[in-house]
Amino acid sequence: MKLSYFPGCTLKNHARNFEDSTLYAMERLGVEAVELDRWNCCGTVYSLSADDLMRRVAPIRNLIRAKEAGNRQLMTGCSMCYNTIKRANIHVRHSAPDLALMNAFMYEEPVDYAGDVDVVHVLEVVRDQIGFQALREKVVKPLAGLKVACYYGCLLVRPKEAAFDDAENPTVLEDLVEALGGEPVAFSHKTECCAAYQTVDKPHIVADKTYQIIGAAQSQGADTVLVSCPLCAFNLDQRQALTRQTYGDFRTLPVVYFTQLMAIALGGPESVLRLDLHHTPAAPLLSAKGLL
Amino acid sequence: MRGEQEDEAVDMREAGRDVGRQGRTETAEVTVSIMGKPARVPADATIMRAIEHSGQQIIRGAGCREGFCGACGTIYRLPNDYRIHTGLACTTLVQDGMALSQIPSVPVEKAIYDLETLTPDVDTIKKVYPVTFRCVACGTCTKACPQGLQVMDYIQAAMRGDIAELMELSYDCVGCGLCALRCPAEIIQHKVAILGKRLYGRYLRKESEELDARLQQVQDRAYDDEYAELMSLGREALSERYYARDME
Repeated sequence: MKLSYFPGCTLKNHARNFEDSTLYAMERLGVEAVELDRWNCCGTVYSLSADDLMRRVAPIRNLIRAKEAGNRQLMTGCSMCYNTIKRANIHVRHSAPDLALMNAFMYEEPVDYAGDVDVVHVLEVVRDQIGFQALREKVVKPLAGLKVACYYGCLLVRPKEAAFDDAENPTVLEDLVEALGGEPVAFSHKTECCAAYQTVDKPHIVADKTYQIIGAAQSQGADTVLVSCPLCAFNLDQRQALTRQTYGDFRTLPVVYFTQLMAIALGGPESVLRLDLHHTPAAPLLSAKGLL
Repeated sequence: MRGEQEDEAVDMREAGRDVGRQGRTETAEVTVSIMGKPARVPADATIMRAIEHSGQQIIRGAGCREGFCGACGTIYRLPNDYRIHTGLACTTLVQDGMALSQIPSVPVEKAIYDLETLTPDVDTIKKVYPVTFRCVACGTCTKACPQGLQVMDYIQAAMRGDIAELMELSYDCVGCGLCALRCPAEIIQHKVAILGKRLYGRYLRKESEELDARLQQVQDRAYDDEYAELMSLGREALSERYYARDME
């Protein structure tokens, strides 16, 4: 299976652990993820103003690139990229005049966009196009005894029209962890917001959220929190330093990307995990569980 | 058969002459608006030549006159065309009805940095030119580039810390700054490009063993005598040596 792959900016630098593990896992599962030629930033956040078309040019331009590459599916692993591109796609599919306006603005592009590319998340590809059963059969190092709190945050399954799972009680990550041989725990805070960009100028709000979210995971005996978004990862992992300063009783917990657990279970070398990029070290936990 | 082909070739040359003659008589001059003032100028003039033909002396806004230095950035519009066009005055030909204005200088705040303290990655872009991240991928900079560079693509490369790509895509930038003037996000693309090229040159370029060996020879004073001899030559002898030099 060959898909156009949209990495997103953060996966190319601070989230190399997300990108390298994604590419390894995809290759092991027989998916040829071809990085989009000349891709640009997804736009980062989907603008909520109905007529803010300028901020939808970036995601739509990427869909033009996928079309140019001859692919009708654009796959991305980052929740934010997924959300922004998917919602822009939904918008133009429902508004022909807006799409015409955007195509006219991008007159230098050799092809027009016609709503004819599907945006898919890596998890969606694994669930619907590969299948958890097929994944299970490829696992060579089951995540035995690893208790995982699956964190969806805001953008992976919300709003409803952009979701590929139940928006209120999603289970795709839990199903993934199970297929990999791990133990998902019941997690009350799985769709809580991590406080997102408050991290820039009001990091104490993030510290509060991290205290609650990590604490809820620990109360269920989780060994780690699983994420699919570099901003969630930053807030839940890097901000543990501030959380610890703020709350004396806070205990740190490793945060990992779902693709890192996939890469481990599929027999990947430690180099694709880029464990050096974690704030709260994940290596001791993974070693203790016999996964490194 | 051969004869027929020759005949055809002769016909084509005849036709070409006719078109040429006609072209010269009918469009020998065109009317352009130079910074608001109409002027009749030769139809085959560059914008720069047209400005001078109209009797104006260019004091700022001209440099190499060969499309390399970027000093003569110009914007213009054409009749019945809503688009704003850009070009270098020295390499862009006039068209009838063209309304043009030279942009001899583009005000920007150039960042001051010490290359030795920087790293060739996205964090440096954030620190030195944070405005880069306002890019919305509208592509206006690319449309504006008189060099035909993929300006937006190199700004996007900067946003993900791909310094090698930033260098590669911006290599032919002449620094006219028209991209920066047109950018709705107020990014100063051409300065980000220079930062990228400096970072690449300082940290990412491939090492050249041959160059290192030659530099060592220079440092060991292996060429001091030849250098002294060259310095003692007159202009004529130097010129002779220059044009007779051994080239690949």
